[in-house]
Amino acid sequence: MKQRKGSVLRLATPIKVLVQRFAFLALIAATFALMMLGKADVVLLERVRAVAADAITPILDALSRPAATISEIMDRVHQIAAVDAENAQLRAENERLLNWQHVARQLSAENTQLKSLLNFSPAAAQSFVTGRVIADAGGAFVRSVLVNAGEREGVKKGNVVVTGDGLVGRVVTVGDRSSRILLITDLNSRIPVEIESSREQAVLAGDNTDLPEIVHLADHVTVAVGDRVITSGSAGVFPPGLPVGIVTSVSGSDIRVQPFIEWSRLEYVRVVDFGTNGILLPSVERPPPKH
Amino acid sequence: MYTTFWQRLDTIARRMLPVAMTLLLALFAGVPFHIPGFGEMAPAVVLISIYYWTIFRPDLLPTPAVFAIGLMQDVLTGMPLGVNALVLLLVFAVVLGQRRFFLGKSFLVMWWGFLLIVTGAMAGLWMILSSLDGTIINPLPAVFQGALTVAVFPILTWVFIRSQQALLRGV
Repeated sequence: MKQRKGSVLRLATPIKVLVQRFAFLALIAATFALMMLGKADVVLLERVRAVAADAITPILDALSRPAATISEIMDRVHQIAAVDAENAQLRAENERLLNWQHVARQLSAENTQLKSLLNFSPAAAQSFVTGRVIADAGGAFVRSVLVNAGEREGVKKGNVVVTGDGLVGRVVTVGDRSSRILLITDLNSRIPVEIESSREQAVLAGDNTDLPEIVHLADHVTVAVGDRVITSGSAGVFPPGLPVGIVTSVSGSDIRVQPFIEWSRLEYVRVVDFGTNGILLPSVERPPPKH
Repeated sequence: MYTTFWQRLDTIARRMLPVAMTLLLALFAGVPFHIPGFGEMAPAVVLISIYYWTIFRPDLLPTPAVFAIGLMQDVLTGMPLGVNALVLLLVFAVVLGQRRFFLGKSFLVMWWGFLLIVTGAMAGLWMILSSLDGTIINPLPAVFQGALTVAVFPILTWVFIRSQQALLRGV
């Protein structure tokens, strides 16, 4: 009897090992299948991703609140320490801004008059929803964040994401109550921009660093450090005139832009539906390989 | 020995500890901490968890769970689906193959082993993502992330050892 049990065990163990090996290989194969499917841009997979993100959204939402509170407290401490200097600075700035307001009022009035003379048709109305960043686990390889607003709130794929400071990115995946935003610094981000002073068109290409690069700029154009970069609205991809960043370094053809957004402070964002699709056509999507 | 329903439930709950801890760490890693530069260099804490539990309690870390944790990371980070799952499964398999070597060795040996694993995992991620994107991704942030992961290894390992002693003794 004892012997028989032993022989069964002797047989059972290799079978168990075999099953485990098979399960392991099957799962490895599954990861490859997923990657291939993802590469082929299957709608189903995007749906799965959105649903999965939706499922973890409540947890992330709860987890991210304490972290946000702590960072707010730290901010307050910093602010109190610098309140005097800041006050003086704000007074000066206020004076300057009042001046600007005066100018703006004049220009606005003039603009309305000129527009009525020209029968100018105004841009399409825009609507927006506000979302909170609940995950930014990009790690070293991707620059994207998850926001706790989705289809339910009216977010659509391709919507433009901004804060008061400037352009953040665009919506790439939409779930029911969450959506993923591709930041302008991501490797896959291509944004039609223009240099504000010269109105020269170019494309802002992210490369996962904090300083995206300007590509596709005409040869004769000179760009200087400190030039403001705004969206160009060419091809109807982004609305024109959104502030993007400032040119920080120019060395040969390598022009870098410091975005106006401070990424570590990104908490509330505005997802705006400008009626544009936010997606560049494939012909302009990839810049020519660098040498 | 006679075990009641509640005792059995307790045992089941305890046996879920490695998977539950890893899942929780994966979620935590995604929370925005609003520290400048942290997002891109946040330590890959899930790797530490997989490494530790594969060495000490591989019986409580089933392969499908490793796969699922990897998928959740993919969803969380916005990487192509399957990338993290593949890397975690490979880490799991490699460590499982070498676990007898690590058992009973000093902490420094384990740390050294982890350095090798992180290097391999980061290189793997870099290669997969670069080939999926069709470009050469700047590897420098990955190097920083790897270094930071190795640096926090002792802290998390201490937590794991403590929770293993407290909750998994004799389970």
